[in-house]
Amino acid sequence: MARKLPRKDVVVVGLGWTGSILAYELAKQGLDVIAIERGPWRDTATDFPPGYAQDELRYGVRLDLFLRPQQETLTVRNNMKQTALPIRSFSGFLPGNGVGGAGVHWNGQTWRFLPSDFNLRSHLEQRYGADKIPADMTIQDWPVSYDELESYYDRFEKLAGISGKAGNLNGQKQAGGNPFEGWRSSEYPTPPLKQNYGSALFAEAAQKLGYSPFPRPSANISEAYTNPLGIRMGQCTYCGFCERFGCGNYAKASPQVCVLPALMRMPNFSVQTESEVTKINLDSTGKRATGVTYVDTSGEEWEQPADIVLVCAFSLFNVRLMLLSGIGKPYDPVSGKGVVGRNYAYQTTSGVSMILKDKILNSFIATGSGGMMIDEFNGDNFDHKDLGFFGGGYMGSGQTGARPITTLPVPKGTPKWGAQWKKAAAETYSSGYGISTHGSSYSYRDCYLDLDPTYKDHFGRPLMRMTFDFHDNEIKMSQFLTDRLAEIAKALDPVEMTASPRKGPWNSTIYQTTHNTGGTVMGADPETSVVNRYCQSWDVSNVFVPGGASVFPQNHGYNPTGTVGALAYWTADAIKDRYLKNPGPLV
Amino acid sequence: MMNRSLAAAALLISFTGSAFAQDPQSFDRVERGRYLAVLGDCAGCHTAPGGAPFAGGLALETPFGKLVAPNITPDRETGIGNLTDDEFVAALHEGRSHNGKRLYPAMPYPAYTKMTEDDVRAMRSYFKTVAPVSNAVIANQLPFPLNIRLALVFWNWLNFAPGRYQPNPQKSSEWNRGAYIVEGPAHCGTCHTPKTLLGGDKTGTPLAGATLQGWFAPNITTDNHKGVGSWSKEDLVQYLKTGANSFTLASGPMSEAITHSTSQMSDADIAAIATYLKDSGAGGGSKPTPVAAGDNAMRAGAAIYKDGCAACHKDNGGGEAQLFPKLAGSALVQSDDPTTLAHVVLSGTRAVSTVGAPTAPAMPAFDWRLTDAQVAAVLTYIRNSWGNAAAAVPASAVADQRTSLAKTP
Repeated sequence: MARKLPRKDVVVVGLGWTGSILAYELAKQGLDVIAIERGPWRDTATDFPPGYAQDELRYGVRLDLFLRPQQETLTVRNNMKQTALPIRSFSGFLPGNGVGGAGVHWNGQTWRFLPSDFNLRSHLEQRYGADKIPADMTIQDWPVSYDELESYYDRFEKLAGISGKAGNLNGQKQAGGNPFEGWRSSEYPTPPLKQNYGSALFAEAAQKLGYSPFPRPSANISEAYTNPLGIRMGQCTYCGFCERFGCGNYAKASPQVCVLPALMRMPNFSVQTESEVTKINLDSTGKRATGVTYVDTSGEEWEQPADIVLVCAFSLFNVRLMLLSGIGKPYDPVSGKGVVGRNYAYQTTSGVSMILKDKILNSFIATGSGGMMIDEFNGDNFDHKDLGFFGGGYMGSGQTGARPITTLPVPKGTPKWGAQWKKAAAETYSSGYGISTHGSSYSYRDCYLDLDPTYKDHFGRPLMRMTFDFHDNEIKMSQFLTDRLAEIAKALDPVEMTASPRKGPWNSTIYQTTHNTGGTVMGADPETSVVNRYCQSWDVSNVFVPGGASVFPQNHGYNPTGTVGALAYWTADAIKDRYLKNPGPLV
Repeated sequence: MMNRSLAAAALLISFTGSAFAQDPQSFDRVERGRYLAVLGDCAGCHTAPGGAPFAGGLALETPFGKLVAPNITPDRETGIGNLTDDEFVAALHEGRSHNGKRLYPAMPYPAYTKMTEDDVRAMRSYFKTVAPVSNAVIANQLPFPLNIRLALVFWNWLNFAPGRYQPNPQKSSEWNRGAYIVEGPAHCGTCHTPKTLLGGDKTGTPLAGATLQGWFAPNITTDNHKGVGSWSKEDLVQYLKTGANSFTLASGPMSEAITHSTSQMSDADIAAIATYLKDSGAGGGSKPTPVAAGDNAMRAGAAIYKDGCAACHKDNGGGEAQLFPKLAGSALVQSDDPTTLAHVVLSGTRAVSTVGAPTAPAMPAFDWRLTDAQVAAVLTYIRNSWGNAAAAVPASAVADQRTSLAKTP
C-alpha cells in the first residue's frame, strides 16, 4: 500500500529538458512543483569535472550516463509476424539516466524543423497529389504551425545559448546562414563555433558543387553567455567529448547548466531522485488524474497527489507510462484504431567514410555540434516528383570527436590486429574522415509501440514492445542522399572512400541515433492523436505530455531537441495562460 | 519579493532619527532592526544550515577551539528572551551578556561596539519579533583553560577598545557610511584583519588579510598587488551584490556573508562600502621577483596547469567572467598565505548562488590525483605566470592543509 504524501500543485515525471523547463516556468508562477526522477542527481562540476569527464572507457564504451536495462528495457521486433525479444543491453539507441536526461549526453545539435514539416501531409498532397503518398504511410500535419512556434524556438535557443548564423532573419536572407531555414525573429544568441579543417574542406567542396554550406547550430557554445535566467555558460574548448559525455566546462547546454541553478533556488520546487514513477493515478471517472505513484530505492511505494501531472520522461517512457496508466486508447495496427503507441518513428542516417590524401585533420579537435552542413536535400527543399520517395535530411561534416577506442580508421584490407594494424592506425588517425546524412523517418501503420504480452519488469509491469523497420521510402531516401554526399566526398579527392547508405532490416544493436519519436503524438483529431495542440491529453485533461519527442507525428530530417525545447515552452504558456485560469480541456 | 523588501529597507533607513521611529514597537523601527541584522550578518553564525532562523547551532572553528553560536531567538529558557534591553546593548557594545557574563570575541563585539546605541536598540526591537525557538546550545566548547570566561578580562584589556564610530569630517557622508558599516555592523575585519597570537586584531594593518577556518580571507585594501586595488568601485559593488564579477567568484566563508548579508544590502550601502574600501590601505604594494620560468616547480606546474586547469581558467589565466575566476593578476592568488589556494585545489569549492548570479559553478577536488608536490608546483606556476609574482609554495604547506582538511571535511 502506497504511503500518501502531501498534495502538490504539479508533479513532473522526469527532470530532463522538458521537465526542468516546465518546472521552472510553473514554479515561477508560484505553483508548488515536485519533480520525480528515476535516475540520480547529476551536477556539472562534481559529476563531470574536466579532470575526468573525458574518460572514453567509462562514458563512451561502458555508457556510465545511460539507462541500465535492469532499470527498464523493452522488447523489439521488425514486424508483427515476429516475436519480440527484450533488449539486454542498449546499443541501437541510448536513453539517458538521471537528472538532465538525454540533455546531458547529447551532442548539442540544435535545429528547428522546416515550416513545411509542420504541415507535411497537406504540403505533399498539394504539391504532388494525395495519391502519391503511400497508403500505409501515416504521416500527418502537426496541430501547430512554424509561425506559432517561432517565438518558442527563439526562447529555447536563448535559454541554451545556441551558437549559429541565421540564414533568414524575419524573411530577409542572410549570407552564411542556412538559406532554407524558416524565418527567425532574431540572430542566434552566440556566433558560430570555429570550424575545424575537415569542415572547411567539406564546405569548400560543397560550394564548388553549387550548394550553400552553413555552420551547424550548436549547444556547444562559441563564447561565454548569460542566459535569460541569469545563468552563466562557458566557452567550448573543442575537447571532442560531447556525445555520451557530460560537459564540465558549462559549455554544452543541459538542464543542469541552463535551468537547474535557477530552479533549485526556488523554495516551491523540490526533486525526488532515484524514484521511479510506476503509474499516473486516475479518479473513479478515469477523466481526471489524482497524481502519481512512485517507488524509491528501498522499494517503498509512495503516492504523490497533484492537480497537474506532466509526463516529461524520455519519449519511449512517456508512451509506456501512458499505456500502463490506461490513459488514451492503445493503438491497434490491425484495425488502425486507437492512438497510444501509434506513429512511432526513428531516424534514417547514413555516411561516407574517407581517407584523405596528404591532409592532417587533427580530428580529435572537435565539438559535438560543430561542422558545416547543407540543407538542399532536406524535407521538401528539393523536387520529389520523380524520385519515388518523400523526405530527406541535412548532410555535412560533423567532426564530433576522434576518441581512440572507438575511432581508429584504417585503409581497406588492413589486418584487424598486429603490427601492420598498429602502423596503419597511427598513419590514418589524422587523415581518416567521415561525413554523414541525418534523415527523416516517416510514420507507418505497422511501426508502433505497445505493451509486450510476455515480458515484465521488476515491478511486474509489462515491458513495452517496439515494432519497427525501415520502409522502402526511407531506404530510397537514404540511397539518394548518400549518393549526393558521395559526390561531395569525391570532390575532396580521397585516397579511398566508402559510402554506406542505410539498408534494412533495422537492427537494434547498431547505433544510429537516440531520436525515437511518436507514440503520444499531438494532433487536431483525437482519432489520430494522444494529445491536443497544447500537448494536453484528450482523455485526461490534467495530464500533459509537454513536448517530449513522443509528441512528434513523424520524424523530420533534423535532430529533435530544438523542437522539444520549443514545444516545452509552448505547453508551459498554454498551462500558465489558459489552463490555470480555466482548468479543463483546452481544445 | 526579496527585491521589494530590499526597496522597503532602503526607504526606511532614511527615516532614521525621526520621532516616531523611536517607538520600539513601530514597524519602521523593527524593519530597520531587521535590516541592521542583515548588515551584521547575524544569520551567518546564528542560523544553522536547515535550522530555524537565529536558533543557533553553527559551530565556529577558531584557532583556540570550537565555539557554537548561541540561540538568539526570544525563547526565555534557551534564547535571549530574558535579556533586558540594556543587557542586549551591553552584549553588542561591551561583550557582556546576562548578569555580566563575558562573551567570547567570536561574537564580534569589538566591531559592534562601533554601532550607535540607537541602531543596537533597533536591532533589539527586531529580535523581539523573531519566532522564539527552544534550542539549547552549548556555546563554549573550548578546552581548559580557555573555557574559563574570566580569561576574557585579560583579553579585552589587551585587544578590545570600546567606543562608537566617530565620523571623519574630512570625508564624504558616503565614505563615512561605508566606514561605519565595514568597521561596525558588517565587522569585515573579524575575518579580513590579521590577528595577533591571542586572536586580537592587528590594528595597524586593517583588512590586510587573515587565515581562518582553513581559508585565507584576502587582503581587501587598495594594495595593487595583494589587495583589490585593480578592482573598480563597480567591480566591488557587483561582487558584494551578486558574489561574482569579472575577476572572481565568492566561495568558502564569504559565501555565507554574501548570501545572508551583502547580497541583501541596499544598493546605497553597498556603494558606500565600495567607496570606503577603495580608499582604505596604503595602495601601491610592492611586487616580489617572480620565480624563474625555468625553475623545476614552474616547469612541472606548467604541465599540470595545462592538463588540469587550462580547460576552465584558460591558457592565459584569464578565466571566464562570472564562471571561472581569473588567476592572472588575482590578489588572492598572489597573497603571502596560500591556504585558500591549497584548499580549493585539494577539496574543490562551490561559488555562492545569488539572485544576481545564480549559476554557482564549482571547482572539482584534485586531492585524489595530485600529490602535495604537484599541488605546490601548480600553485607556484599560477602564482608566477602571466605577470603574477609571489613566493613559491612549499609542498609542506600543501601537506599541512591536506592534514587539516582531513580533520574537518
